[in-house]
Formats: sequence, structure tokens, C-alpha cells
Amino acid sequence: MLALGQDEIAKYPFLADAGQYLKDQGFSLEQFGTDPDLKDLIKKAYERILTAADGKIYKSDLDGDHVSKEAALPREVFSFLLAIVLLKLSGMHTLIKRFSLAEARRAEKYLEKDLANISDESKNQLAIRVIDDLFSVQVEKSDDYFIIPVSDYLKHSINFHEREWKLINRHVENGQVFLSPHETVRLIRKELGTYINSKIINAKTPTMIPGFEDSVNKLVLLSKKFVTYTVSTGEYPPCIKHAIDILEKGENLPHSGRFMLATFLLSKGQTIQQVAPLFKNAPDYNPRVTLYQLNHLAGTSGSGTQYSCPSCEKLKTQSLCFATSECDNIINPLQFGRKKK
Amino acid sequence: MQEADIQFLEESFKKYYFNNFDLITVPERTSEREFGYQKFNSGMTRHISLKDDKELHLLLMQNIPSDVYCSNACYTFPNLPMNEKDWKEADLIFDIDAKDLNLPCRESHTVSICNDCNDVSKNLTQCSKCNSTKLEKKSLPCKNCIDASKIEVEKLSEVLINDLAITKENIQVYFSGNEGFHVYAYNSQFQEIGSRERSELTDYISLRGAIPETFGMKKLKQNRASFPDFNENGWRGRFSKHVFGSKSKRSKIITELLANGYSSFQKTLDDVSENIGVKIDPNVTMDIHRIFRLPGSINSKSGLTKIHCDNLTNFDPYVEASFLSDDTVEVIANSPIEFKLKNKKFGPYLNEKVTVPTFAAVYMICKKLARIA
Repeated sequence: MLALGQDEIAKYPFLADAGQYLKDQGFSLEQFGTDPDLKDLIKKAYERILTAADGKIYKSDLDGDHVSKEAALPREVFSFLLAIVLLKLSGMHTLIKRFSLAEARRAEKYLEKDLANISDESKNQLAIRVIDDLFSVQVEKSDDYFIIPVSDYLKHSINFHEREWKLINRHVENGQVFLSPHETVRLIRKELGTYINSKIINAKTPTMIPGFEDSVNKLVLLSKKFVTYTVSTGEYPPCIKHAIDILEKGENLPHSGRFMLATFLLSKGQTIQQVAPLFKNAPDYNPRVTLYQLNHLAGTSGSGTQYSCPSCEKLKTQSLCFATSECDNIINPLQFGRKKK
Repeated sequence: MQEADIQFLEESFKKYYFNNFDLITVPERTSEREFGYQKFNSGMTRHISLKDDKELHLLLMQNIPSDVYCSNACYTFPNLPMNEKDWKEADLIFDIDAKDLNLPCRESHTVSICNDCNDVSKNLTQCSKCNSTKLEKKSLPCKNCIDASKIEVEKLSEVLINDLAITKENIQVYFSGNEGFHVYAYNSQFQEIGSRERSELTDYISLRGAIPETFGMKKLKQNRASFPDFNENGWRGRFSKHVFGSKSKRSKIITELLANGYSSFQKTLDDVSENIGVKIDPNVTMDIHRIFRLPGSINSKSGLTKIHCDNLTNFDPYVEASFLSDDTVEVIANSPIEFKLKNKKFGPYLNEKVTVPTFAAVYMICKKLARIA
């Protein structure tokens, strides 16, 4: 575990051992529910969650790199820890997810600042170590850039759908990717969110603490807001239409195209008997092989794994994507035509 | 394929395997690899694990496979079903195939076989006899195709070495046994990356998915200085060498690019990608569970051997990868296009009985252009 100073705990509260921190400061959870001086902190914690639920980043009392006032530090950390307690008591996973992401983005800002800090080598080193310890990305400094091995870069960048994160749009040299401090930190945002999320999920849920009920009830109500319903137009995306076209013309659809078509239709609920005739026109059609492969994809034979439809990104690589404006930035053909209500 | 043809091919393959054990060796970390094979007119047998060369040679002699494969991946239990194998890592592999290069010569050396009436012709859109469109296409030897594939191999090696820090010694090139090359990269930082990461890597290598900003073109606040310099490394450098041609033309061409605007630049980029991107088959590289043709084994699409290329520039697969015997055999050949193997010309044959050396007979039978008389 990293040795953290006061400022660091305020910036990266998720790195601290929550229970230990409270104990070290001489507090118990019950106190926060009853002590009128501490009750305000529950409100603060609730607001911290509310801000996150709104998709915004909680504005802390930190002044630049430092805690503005002596008293602000415990408030910073306590409100984070209490927020976790509230979330655990509410048991609302959507809120936990949103909270983790917002906290990740908050920490990201500090990490970026620390990483770019050229006047204080220790800050710089701490940020590099946080990134290495938590996410196994080895960052090295080279002039104004941070360089990381291409393989480490790829492990994280594949989670992005924006084109600028593709390796081809990066400065690559000698097996390394060159990144700015901002990009280095942005690269691990999702994992940072996942890390915070898993820390919260794995934390023990306390029994209800007197004085916490109100906030918890409000959170349960709040989370209902995030339930969405989707409707689908039922129309096929252009990649699927294209594949069907090719087959109808009796032309050859590559194996990857057949895989896409079959997994798409099976995912949409069609049966193997409904899908199989589509391949009848293929130049190398063999009913036995077709059924064998469809059964395999559906998971009714072989390993039992049900194969899913490839992502748009993968289909682009395979030259199977024929995106139109109607695709509307979906990341998987299965999402085509789905509208949130 | 008829029984007599299969018998003939099996005899010829068996003889090759028996006489060339030295060419067919197991890869390093043998016991962690998955092996598989196919027999003529039969499905794939895979999830096999082998200990050493001896076990491999025994497998060849006992089964006389049409094709033999070995995983690029290493597993704890290579002989268990896929989801129980416990995948550890996989060598990076690349497939460069002449058929993916869109070469203009293709039409001149490709024949089609009708799936409905078996007629062989040069008409590649529909059967000239029964008008069926269910055609199987077979390509015959072409030097131009091989030369173009070699260029792609060289482009690939350059990117692997300079951009991805893979050492020259860790890059091995093999002729695929048909119309292309298989390139292996060993001991790289990429051994343990998964399929999606490998897919990204193939996009990088083929210069696919690039945005104008990467090469200096911006939508707003355009800036001449952000265009790549002539001597830059990586794709920016390759881009500038291709687009600017020479240092002295850089300035003039940047002016043109800026005048043409952002969306036109995206088109330029697609064009550049088509020209200088490395044409690899992305599906092969991103498959981390593939069993890949074993070096030294025969490719049943041609009867030629998948063989290591020591000297790529001078390598002639139609001489160096043809190991079958010169003993003659009588076949009924139907190859409307002439071809050359081991420096001898064959055909065109119009459904006629001819006596040819075994290597040529096997080649034609594998391509479905002949049968044993």
C-alpha cells in the first residue's frame, strides 16, 4: 500500500482504508448520526452522491493542491466515506456506479495535476506509482511526454470508442506510446471507476445507523429516476442488410460476415431453423456444416458458449461495417434502432 | 474428390512426410501447444497435444493428413476443450495473402469451377455452361502475386521492427504453401494481449481508422507546423514520404492539402491507407485460439509445402516449396490456364489425358483441375 500524506488522502480518498481512517481519527459511524456537529457531514455526503448522480464532479474544498483549511481535510475524507456508507445502506447499484465514475473523474483531475507537476518530483512519482500499483501501467517520463508500452496502452485503450484513442492515432515509437499527462490519466479513467466501484461493492454493508435513514430513503427514491425503457424499431442495421444482400445474390460472404449475421439474428431471438436457410445461396453451402456451426454459435453444441454479435469496431476492422447516419454512434449492431424512452 | 484421387494424394503426401522429417519439426514449448489435422474429405480433428518430433511424425504416418496445424497459443492443458485449456499467451501471427491485395493480374490466372455442373472455365461471374453463379475460384501460380506479397511482408517487418520494437531475429517468415506468407513474431511485449488488443494492433499495422488530426490536418485553427516532417518516425513519417515525395515538395503540398480542406483530407487518408498500409488479414492476427498451418507441412490447396524463407528476395515458392516427386502419372486435366512449377510449364489442358510429374498432378488435383485417369 502506498504511504499517503494528508493532502493525498483528501485527493484520493479511495486509497485509504476507510475503517482504519475513522478509527485513527477517533470516530465511530454512530457518532455521525447523532452528534449535531457531525450531522452536517451526512448532508455533505448525500450531496456528493447527488452531484455524481447528476453526472457532475463534486467540487471539493481543496484549494489547488492543498487542503484550504485545517478542518477541511477530515470533511473531505469523511464525506467520501459516509457517501459509501449511504450507498451501501441504500443498496442501489446504479447510484454506486455513477458515484464511482464521478469520483474517478474527480481523482483524475488531481492525478493529472500531480503527473504534470515538474516542480515537485515526489508528487510526480506518487502519481506514477498510483497508476502502476492500481492498473499495472508502467509510465516513464520522457521530456514533456509520458511513455508507456504499446501492450499496456492497448489493454486500456480498447475500452474507448472514440477514434482518437485508436493506436493508429497515437505517437508510437520503438514499442512505446507517447501521451500527455491528461491522456495518461484519461486512459485509466474507466479502470479507476471500476476500482472505486469494486471497493464499494466489496465493502461490508453496515446495519442501519440511526440518523442515516432519511438520506438513505431519499437515495432509494432518487435511483428510480435512472430506470430507462427502450423500444426498438425492429429494422436491421446496414451491415446486416448488406450481408443478407450478398447472400441473396449468391455471392461469397466471408466467414467473419457469416459469423456476424448468424450471431446477430440468434441474439434477436431467431431460431437456428429460421437462420439456416439464409445461407442456402452461399457458393460453398453445405446444410450439415451450416447447422453444425449455427448450433455452435447458439451454444447448443460444443462448449456451450453462446457467441455474441461482434462490436462495430471489430466489424470495421473486418470491412463489414457500412455505417449510415441512422447508426447514430452505436457500438454494437444489436443496438441499432433502439430508442430510449 | 474421387477415391482414386484421394489415394494418390495420400500416397504422395505420405512419401513426402516420410522423406522430410527434418523439415517438419514441432515448435518451442511443444507440450503447451494444441495440434490438429484434417484428412481428405473429412472434418477437423483438433485438441491434440504432442510431446516431441517423434510423436508428430507418428501422427503423420498413422493418419496421412491433408493438412496439419499447430496453435500459436500456449495452454496449460492443450488437449482439453477450448474453455478448459487455460490460455497463457500466443505468438503474434500475420497472414499475407495475394488474394487480398486486389491485384489486376488476378483475373488472368484465376479459373472458376461450377458447383452445380463442375465445368471449369475462365469466366469468373457465372458458369458458361449452366449459368449458375455458385462458382468456386482457384488461382494458379503467378510471380506478380508472389512479388506483391513479398513487398507486404517487407512493409510489415519494417513496422514491427521500428514501431513495435520487435527484433529482427524474432520475426520469422514462411511461405504459406499457396499464395502468400505467414509471419510470426516471437517474444514480443504482445505475447499476452488478447483478441481485442490484437485487433487494434492490426488496425495500426494496416493504417486503418486514422483521423486527419493525426497527420496534422485540423478542422479549426489549421497549422502548417502540425503536418509531419519528412524524417519523422512511424506512420507520420511514412505518410510524409508517400504524400510529399521529397523534402522540397512538402511546403507546396501542405498548401494544397489545406486548400482542399478537412473532408478531402479524409479521402486522401483513405487513399494513402490503401497504398501504404500493410495488407494483412486481420482475422488471423486477432484469433488467439487459432491452429495455424504447421511449418514443413503440405498445404492441401496446392500440394506445396509451408516453408521457411531464409532469403525472401530470391525466394521462388514454385521452385523451392515443391517437394513432391518427379515420377510421372496419367491424369485427365482440365486447366484452361497455363502454369509453371519447378521451372516447367504445364497446360493449358482442355479436359485431356496427359502424363505429368507427380508434383504437377498433385497441384492440379488439389486445385480440382484434374483427376487420376
